[in-house]
Amino acid sequence: MSKVIKIKKGLDIHLKGRAEKVLVDLGISANYAVKPTDFEGLTPKLMVKAGHEVKIGTPLFYDKYKPEILFTSPVSGTVSEINRGERRRILEVIIKADEKSEYEAFTKANPKDLQKDEIKENILKSGLWPAIRQRPYAIIANPSDTPISIFISGFDSAPLAPDYEFALNDDMNDFQTGVDALKKITDGNVNLILHQELNAGGLFKSIKNVEFHEFSGPHPASTIGVQINNIKALNKGEIVWYVNPIDVAKIGKLFNEGIFDSTKIIALTGSEVKMPQYFKITDGADLLSIVRDNVKSGDVRYISGNVLTGEKLEKTNFLSYYDYQLTIIPEGNQPEFLGWGTPGFGKFSMTRTFFSWLNPKKEMTLDSNLHGGERPFVVTGEFEKVFPMDIYPMQLLKAIIIEDIDLMEQLGIYEVAEEDFALCEVINTSKIEIQKLVRQGINVMIKEFS
Amino acid sequence: MKALRNYIDKIKPNFEKGGKLEKWQSVFDSFETFLYVLGDTAPKKGAHIRDAIDMKRVMSVVVIALVPALLFGMWNVGEFHFLSLGEDASFMEKFGHGFIRVIPLVLVSYIAGLGTEFVFVYIKGHEIEEGFLVSGLLIPLILPVDVPLWMVALATIFAVIFGKEVFGGTGMNIVNPALLTRAFLFFAYPSKMSGDTIWVSGLSGGEGVVDGFSGATPLASAAAGAMDKLPSTMDMFMGYLPGSIGETSVLAILIGAAILLFTGVGSWKIMLSVFAGGFAMALILNVFAADTNPYMALPAYQHLLLGGFAFGAVFMATDPVTGAQTETGKWIYGFLIGFIAIIVRVVNPAYPEGVMMAILLMNVFAPLIDHYVIQTNIKKRLKRAKA
Repeated sequence: MSKVIKIKKGLDIHLKGRAEKVLVDLGISANYAVKPTDFEGLTPKLMVKAGHEVKIGTPLFYDKYKPEILFTSPVSGTVSEINRGERRRILEVIIKADEKSEYEAFTKANPKDLQKDEIKENILKSGLWPAIRQRPYAIIANPSDTPISIFISGFDSAPLAPDYEFALNDDMNDFQTGVDALKKITDGNVNLILHQELNAGGLFKSIKNVEFHEFSGPHPASTIGVQINNIKALNKGEIVWYVNPIDVAKIGKLFNEGIFDSTKIIALTGSEVKMPQYFKITDGADLLSIVRDNVKSGDVRYISGNVLTGEKLEKTNFLSYYDYQLTIIPEGNQPEFLGWGTPGFGKFSMTRTFFSWLNPKKEMTLDSNLHGGERPFVVTGEFEKVFPMDIYPMQLLKAIIIEDIDLMEQLGIYEVAEEDFALCEVINTSKIEIQKLVRQGINVMIKEFS
Repeated sequence: MKALRNYIDKIKPNFEKGGKLEKWQSVFDSFETFLYVLGDTAPKKGAHIRDAIDMKRVMSVVVIALVPALLFGMWNVGEFHFLSLGEDASFMEKFGHGFIRVIPLVLVSYIAGLGTEFVFVYIKGHEIEEGFLVSGLLIPLILPVDVPLWMVALATIFAVIFGKEVFGGTGMNIVNPALLTRAFLFFAYPSKMSGDTIWVSGLSGGEGVVDGFSGATPLASAAAGAMDKLPSTMDMFMGYLPGSIGETSVLAILIGAAILLFTGVGSWKIMLSVFAGGFAMALILNVFAADTNPYMALPAYQHLLLGGFAFGAVFMATDPVTGAQTETGKWIYGFLIGFIAIIVRVVNPAYPEGVMMAILLMNVFAPLIDHYVIQTNIKKRLKRAKA
């Protein structure tokens, strides 16, 4: 392994509610959903309607502009409802699960024996293709492309993120097969990025057919944009694909057993969870079936994902496709008298303007309060402290605001996605909706070149 | 506390859409957000936890950092007042005199400035922006104590409108509003802003001056070639000399700098490079010191202790909006401020002090500096794509 890449800029936020390394299999509950809204830029076309019987792996809808990309059912049962929103936009395809758990059959073979196109076809048919995303733009990869490399981050450095060494402990065989499959569909390497501390267990060290890279330092070490930028920065016109390690194992299982395994291990975390731990669930499970009564009373916020990039959901809603954790924190919706002027021994800040600097490693309970109103950009130099990429963050954001396409391109819009800016949004004195801006900028670029 | 919150919640609907005081909503919001950090929560998608820092907190820290200079300045005003009269006075008498001379300046600055800001709050429909919380205190500290109050009000209103609001308010201005106030007074009423009498309380009113007392600032003495009249280095550092209210005590300013640096609010790069640039230029002048201009021989380190240099380096140059916004740009920006300030002081016969000019000039050049820094990044990216 080559030398360690030290991430010096960033911030680890110490929160209460880390998941204990205890695993409970939740089996199958009543309802599951696949949400087209989880996929940026997707226009779904339905292949089923209410009453349709499905098996695990039966296609539910496809991408209008790339019909080979299928989105399949994670459970067997009956489609119970197609939930629509404004202008008949499809929000959820809800399936009532049955006891039978029947699987569709897909190609079972060693990827090393298959051609590139056969591998792609198998992944597409099974509905696992959406697990493969691309940079630029952080959208589902285009099957007709050939990327210059594939990235897999073997760790997640976000607050309270699951430990992949724990979650994938029994799945290394499938993970290796997944790697072998992915190696065939790129011209370059499959890069497996490990963290000095978070991967100290060494689970992934035995994996072959990959190029290892080791990182150390705080979050955002695990975001793909940061990893690519610190290894070999992305140029205009280049495409890199990336897959979450949990999904790599699923791809492996597809080839090893010929089925779409829709189960995954996730972490239930957060200060408002009574007993944070790991659960084996099936994709698209509803939040209540995971949480049940394991939550404290009071006004809380259910977040699919982590506190930096996740989505606030109602507890009747369903876990999102790309999320491997569920975080529950208190809602901070009470006003605080002269809150900006208190000594703030318990307040979280990257600056030392509150007396919480006296206790830096303390695990905190943080709520969702904004702590101030939105202002224009005033303070400078704060983003640079948590943005370990060779890009000027504030200047890129300003280029996005004025929709200057040339300037966005020159400043590196192809190299970033929302998650790279998440910490900037957390510490921003001016409370600007930065991640939303980044997605707007990306959408402008996609539209420009479509 | 509950009573206050209940009262606010009760009258709030009057200011919302459809309420009879709807036009005053932004004014109401400004007061509400001053009294309370609201219960607004993070949006549905994005970062759900936020740093407790906000603009009000940042401004509060800067105001706290200015307090040592303010307090010393008040005492110093009293000290020189009694010195000029040849009288003895106790510590409290000196401080008391300074207090009643300085507080009106602070009040006029805040009232004129915030009043103007609130007019714009009403017109624009935005909450009041916190920038003036700091500018309001900076303005009196860079003025001579004998400046007439009506001038301070006029200059402040001018600076808030033409230095800030016409550009879009806090975050959009090109030049430092506090310095613009000073510049307005300097060019509009030069006799009131320079000379040997305005720096000491009462002196310009012609109150009795004891023999041998001069109200001239050390820089004025140096510019006139009277190098023997300069105070000792210790006096320069502690601030026992006439000058603008907050600028004389380098010690008090450094305490403020320590607060700004420790909390992470002030940029160390700018502060350090301003001192470095000033020192470098002063050294160059020392090397080329000519008999025709004894000011050139003023030891380089003394330049850093005299006049508005330290105050400008710590509190004015570090304004994030008007300074360079890239980390590399800050080094260049700060260095040129220090460099040019000394050139103006020593080489230009008309101005014994050059810090204000240098900072205003570099405020205008800061975007250009940033532009070239960014261009370097852009070129690097393009070159990498071709490789």
